[in-house]
Amino acid sequence: MNFEFSDDQKLLREQASRYLADNCPPAAVRTILEGDAAYDAKLWTGVGEMGWTAACIPEEFGGLGLSYVELCVIAEELGRVAAPIPFSSSVYLATEALLMAGSKDQKESWLPKLASGEAIGAFALAETAGRPSVDYLKTCASDNSAETALTGSKIAVADGDVADFAVVVAASDASAPGDGANWYLVELDQPGVARKPIETFDPTRSHAQIEFKGAAAQRLGNAGEGWRLTERLLDRAAVLFAWEQVGGADAALEMAKEYALGRYAFGRAIASYQAIKHKLANAYIKNTLARSNCYYGAWALNADSEELPLAAATARVAAIQACNFAAKENIQTHGGMGFTWEFDCQFYYRRAKLLSVNIGSEAFWQDRLMHAVERRDAA
Amino acid sequence: MDFNDTAAEATFREEARAWLSDNVPSEQELAGMDYVTSAKFWQKRKFDGGWACIRWPKEYGGRGASAIEQVILHQEEARFDTPMNIFTIGQGMAAPTLMTYASDEAKARLLPPMASGEQIWCQLFSEPSSGSDLASLRTRSERGGDDWVINGQKIWTSGAHYSDYGILVTRSDPTVAKHKGLTYFFLDMKSPGVEVRPIKQISGDSNFNEVYFSDVRIPGAQRLGEVGQGWQVALTTLMNERATIGAGYANVNFDVACKLARRIRIDGKPAIEDPAVRAKLANWYVQESGLKFTGYRTLTALSRGEIPGPEHSIGKAVGAAKTQDMASFCVDLLEMAGAISDPELAEMDGLIQMTYMSAPGHRIAGGTDEIMMNILAERVLGLPQEPRMDKGIPFNEVPTGT
Ligand SMILES: Cc1cc2nc3c(=O)[nH]c(=O)nc-3n(C[C@H](O)[C@H](O)[C@H](O)COP(=O)(O)OP(=O)(O)OC[C@H]3O[C@@H](n4cnc5c(N)ncnc54)[C@H](O)[C@@H]3O)c2cc1C
Repeated sequence: MNFEFSDDQKLLREQASRYLADNCPPAAVRTILEGDAAYDAKLWTGVGEMGWTAACIPEEFGGLGLSYVELCVIAEELGRVAAPIPFSSSVYLATEALLMAGSKDQKESWLPKLASGEAIGAFALAETAGRPSVDYLKTCASDNSAETALTGSKIAVADGDVADFAVVVAASDASAPGDGANWYLVELDQPGVARKPIETFDPTRSHAQIEFKGAAAQRLGNAGEGWRLTERLLDRAAVLFAWEQVGGADAALEMAKEYALGRYAFGRAIASYQAIKHKLANAYIKNTLARSNCYYGAWALNADSEELPLAAATARVAAIQACNFAAKENIQTHGGMGFTWEFDCQFYYRRAKLLSVNIGSEAFWQDRLMHAVERRDAA
Repeated sequence: MDFNDTAAEATFREEARAWLSDNVPSEQELAGMDYVTSAKFWQKRKFDGGWACIRWPKEYGGRGASAIEQVILHQEEARFDTPMNIFTIGQGMAAPTLMTYASDEAKARLLPPMASGEQIWCQLFSEPSSGSDLASLRTRSERGGDDWVINGQKIWTSGAHYSDYGILVTRSDPTVAKHKGLTYFFLDMKSPGVEVRPIKQISGDSNFNEVYFSDVRIPGAQRLGEVGQGWQVALTTLMNERATIGAGYANVNFDVACKLARRIRIDGKPAIEDPAVRAKLANWYVQESGLKFTGYRTLTALSRGEIPGPEHSIGKAVGAAKTQDMASFCVDLLEMAGAISDPELAEMDGLIQMTYMSAPGHRIAGGTDEIMMNILAERVLGLPQEPRMDKGIPFNEVPTGT
């Protein structure tokens, strides 16, 4: 057993951390928060040049063919700086969806551009408030063929306003066999698609509402497998989201610690008060347990293990809890300063909650975790 | 990152499993034995088979195994129903202290019978007026020729009533600051002047004791570390204590709670289908899994020759409260019947109620939850200590409570 990053992976982490310190300082995040740009285009180009968007794409499609553990390392560092780029949508979701279900043609037309960062992909699932399920899908295709027209609407699509294409989960024809859903690959720059950016509580990551009115769509993967694919994709993405969250959780704890050491009240550093010490110790415990679960998730993702659904849900639940706790207690530790627009505590408070709902909430993943346990115990 | 056994580890696991399945004592073999006798019986068999204290050097009864092999053996042994382990204070805490500080002669004499379970050790640290603040202890040690003479009282000493030896921290000099005047010994529990009186716990059991010392003589050769260095020696013991205890004390665990939640019904459906129940169970799974994999990370560090730090304390800080919460939750699941503790009548032979009643002790023993949080905050995160009223003051001038 070896439960650590390799030396190469540690080196990658150092490189990533150095690169982001230079190219994604808090001021860069703030520019996106306060400005009109949907994302930091310069950073996105840079990240593409660093090869991060290409990490897990096979070399034949212009990628680097690295392992998923490397992608986890990158995810953690991006989470640490709350990077304002469409990385999770394009890399953890759209790229993965193509790798999982794309035909040779589909892969050839999109993967090289995704690898270089020239193209951005999104994943469109949500149609209404409430827990995602195959039953709530109303978006559907006009017929069951591979090239068809899509009608319906999707809400809160992360990076839907800037993406070149979306992987859309749609209801399959009621009479068709299968799990009730199909995946479609839809180019977003076409007359059949209307999209508009929407306001969210984390403007450092843009979101859109997308309307499909007979949009030209290509089926991605087999007919009637869309929900199974969705679940598998979410499991894979959950590990990567969890690593981003662990990075953010550590950064928020670090920030709280630094502030508590320097801030004095009643003649002593607030860091010497137990209410603060134990709060931060608690954050440390949550972060450590989440990180340990993430290692397991990284292993299961990389090994494409049967244990992935359980490992992913475990990592995801732990990371959601750790990241939200660290983010909110970071503000609390800062007192009034933490609540000001001027301070950066808000970055993590916004991002932590956004990442918690982007691919299903804590409750959704707790339930998936229990289903995975039940399947394991039944076997 | 590789989560599977290496070939060598897999071979070792096979070997351990095969030996255990041939040798774990059956119910008939243990019939009529009390828990001390059955614990000794099993330990001796492990020792004779070469499966006791496997990380220790061969000369002391071990086989120089790696930390990973030790964990594999634990994992495999946990699959069987074996007698309770009453040797952890000796093997897990006294032994590392002896290995660091005792003479070769003492190690050769004391360690093998500790490994075989023939001699049991206890820890004489806590006193009525010093638990968390251990360094404020008062039991006196004074020179008497080549011996030391001990007077005072210890309390909460687990297993003192069946122990052969004890590790003991004393105050040899009350005129210096509290951490500087301590001296550490080991002693024969049958020494004249040692009196052990059991204390009844809320669980009804009497596993811990008061131990009184009246002019007890300890040979000078049984001192561990220098005179006045007792605190440093005690820290060796305590670091190992947290690792040992943190290594997972579990009665009611996730699997037990799940099993119960499948059987108990809420509104005609298994409780496990209730969303509130699922959410709680999932959180406990996440904690258990996080602790397990944190342990694996520690092991990876060990196997690379790195020394794991005080982050050990996480296991102790989280584990006991989790067990208490789970036991409490399981009692609730049983509703009215949850009150029944009679093993003949209660669900799961009363395991849930027993855990509920013993859990408070685990949050206190071996450093309270609050002290663990202080350790994490100060030694891992580097936050300042609380202001100390006793800092730099000679021990005999420090203010005390009643
Ligand atoms: C089942 C059991 C077995 C035991 N076995 C042994 C044994 O074999 N050998 C042995 O030597 N001892 C043993 N102990 C003793 C144990 O180590 C002490 O009980 C423990 O360290 C706490 O000390 P105390 O009981 O004096 O409580 P106190 O130290 O008086 O603590 C009382 C409360 O105050 C809190 N507190 C104290 N200081 C601080 C602080 N600085 N910051 C925040 N909160 C604080 C504590 O967390 C606790 O909640 C055992 C105890 C139990 C319950």
